[in-house]
Amino acid sequence: MMAATRVGVVGVGMTVQRSTRRDVTGIELINEAVRAALADAGIKRKDIDAIVIGNMDHFEGINYVDTWSVDGSGALGKPIMKMTTGGTTGSTVAMGAYYHVASGMFDRVLAIGWEKNSESDTTGAIITAFDPFWDRPTFAGAVAGLALEATLYMNETGATEEDAAYIAVRDRRHALNNPYAHLRMDAKVEDIMATPYLSWPIKLGDMCPRTDGACAVLFASEGAVDEFPNPPAWVHGVADRHLWAYTSDPYVNQKVVGGTWFPAMERATAELYEKVGITDALKQFDVAELYLPYSFAGLRYMESLGFCERGGGPALVHSGATDMGGECPVNPSGGVMSSNAIGATGLLRVAEAALQVQSRAGDRQVPGAALALATGFGGCYWSDELVLGKEKPDKVRG
Amino acid sequence: MDPVAVVGVGMTDIRRDRVEDTYADLVYEACQKALDDAGMTAADIDVVLTSSNDFFDGRTISSMAVMDACGSYDKNVSTVEGDGTFGAAHAVMRVLAGWGTCLFCVHHKGSESVMPLITNAMFDPIYERFLGIESIASSALQARAYMDAFGVTEEDCARVSVKNHGNAFKNPVAQLPLEITVEDVMASDYIAEPLKLLDCSPISDGASAVVIANQERAKGAARKPVWVKGIGYNCDAFHLGDRDLSKSDALVAAAKKAYKDADINDPPGQIDLAEVSDAFSYMELMWLEGLGLCRAGEGAALTASAKTALEGALPVNASGGCISGNPVLVSGLNRIIECVLQVRGDAGAHQVAGVKTAVAQGFNGPCGQSQCVWVLGGDA
Repeated sequence: MMAATRVGVVGVGMTVQRSTRRDVTGIELINEAVRAALADAGIKRKDIDAIVIGNMDHFEGINYVDTWSVDGSGALGKPIMKMTTGGTTGSTVAMGAYYHVASGMFDRVLAIGWEKNSESDTTGAIITAFDPFWDRPTFAGAVAGLALEATLYMNETGATEEDAAYIAVRDRRHALNNPYAHLRMDAKVEDIMATPYLSWPIKLGDMCPRTDGACAVLFASEGAVDEFPNPPAWVHGVADRHLWAYTSDPYVNQKVVGGTWFPAMERATAELYEKVGITDALKQFDVAELYLPYSFAGLRYMESLGFCERGGGPALVHSGATDMGGECPVNPSGGVMSSNAIGATGLLRVAEAALQVQSRAGDRQVPGAALALATGFGGCYWSDELVLGKEKPDKVRG
Repeated sequence: MDPVAVVGVGMTDIRRDRVEDTYADLVYEACQKALDDAGMTAADIDVVLTSSNDFFDGRTISSMAVMDACGSYDKNVSTVEGDGTFGAAHAVMRVLAGWGTCLFCVHHKGSESVMPLITNAMFDPIYERFLGIESIASSALQARAYMDAFGVTEEDCARVSVKNHGNAFKNPVAQLPLEITVEDVMASDYIAEPLKLLDCSPISDGASAVVIANQERAKGAARKPVWVKGIGYNCDAFHLGDRDLSKSDALVAAAKKAYKDADINDPPGQIDLAEVSDAFSYMELMWLEGLGLCRAGEGAALTASAKTALEGALPVNASGGCISGNPVLVSGLNRIIECVLQVRGDAGAHQVAGVKTAVAQGFNGPCGQSQCVWVLGGDA
């Protein structure tokens, strides 16, 4: 009889993240992550009950990626479905796989996220995400929208470009500890400041790269977690909000609702923290793997995630609290600023959070990490959030 | 399975060109209908799921455009890409995992799509696309393989088209009610031999939505809940040359799982009605066999005997099926919705008497590569 169950992450596989993986096709890239996850979990393809896969269709130009990729994913003769929500795709796939297992319908479900951005016109594809009549002719794509957010943030808080540059420095320095990361740099704030503007105030050094990469994460039911050599990273809770349909919605709504900073993130956070029992994010989380698509996000999103008061992002990060060795290190992996294979990116946050609470993160391990936050960002200011922990949660939390 | 029910359904009319509506407008209409049917408002919905396809919509993150129309504001929401049977299956998972209600919607505007180009994009970009292969051409290969394997004739397939277009007269949302004969089908132009115009489903616009609920929330719904008795889905090989196209291993596996959930061990004896995705006439015959409603190769005889007619012992596509209106992706959910209406006794002019257990089927990918089967019934 199927009944809701608690869920743990029991295996993680990731490819090396590079700007151009000419050595593999998309299917081979997927397979590289899948094989790594199966090896990590000590199981074979036959042991997988179902697969959830995601990427962004228009990047590689493959329709029905779920059916196209079976030779790489291992889905032959198995249930597979595709989930895709833009930048949040990887975290959406993770949440989808979580629900596959939590439902009681499957015991071992593989989540796969991948992207081969080297084969895509990324900005060209992203522009088509926006309304063809109202948004595309005037204002579309990722960088321009983020520049507007950054400008708004600077205007309202007095934060500077140098404050933001610190995030780019921090995450890429963290990436030096991650052999899978794409941009591993010991840069200085001045180096970021010296890079050319893409859309003021965003400079090249403030933006995530375009990356080829894949990630696979194995989720198992409470009844199956003991089959695996690794300790489970328990999923304590998940929540998301995808609030906006038009580009201008987040800005307009911010004024109308009043006091709202990043509504989708704040509302997802409120639901998740209430479910999991988080009252002081900075103290309770030992580590956070956050989808920060550009540097300013590392200031502003900390506020919406409740790590500090509104406007307190720069002071928080300058205190060192989010560095390795700080109170809650952010992105020990190097995060999105270092590697952004978009469909894999959100899933990599979950994979890294799992490795941390399993104490398996190697050189990037935060000592003793027991509770981790992982997020996904995408769409038009959409937000996915998951909490993973070393301890088994007291109940199934939906 | 823990008791999960479909408590509300909504379909737009299926039309060749809903030029006056964006696809978000269609989604809004379908969701309102489903909520009204359930006696609920958006406030009663815990989770929203959508299905769409960036290629058909010509839009990256195509679900972004329906986030307001589906009432997902300030709710957990996600998107399954592909046929509605799969997205609805995920909606069931969300409810089984502890949420009370889930609204699931799916849309398609074929009128704004370039179907040959878009379905060509599901084939291998290096070895296959340059051949020009797409949905119709690949299905023609499958039809030929199936006909050769079992001695099925074009006339056998034509009978499906005649039956389903006839049934469509009794379904107010159907696009193509047609009074045609086997001779008319045979006389229609070849699109890709052996498929003729009247063997093919039309290009269509439409949207549909369902409300899925757990047992507790189903109690408060306005209509009689229809219970999800079983769900199975499964995927076959991708390259057409890696498969025996004359049969569907994936469908057999999906049906086996759904029937196991539903305690069905004699499908023809226990299933009262089937709604299958007959995008092409031959598919209805193949899918009946894959679903175990007859033996392999016997779909044609079953159809010729009129057993699958509206008045037959096992009506198939009483609604008129996909061949009478095929908003791709929506079509699978419409199969589920039609089964729900039949089990409830709300199917109107095409109501079949005494439907207790019904089976719905949908698929993703070329030649029905990935298959999903639902069993629906009247008792929890």
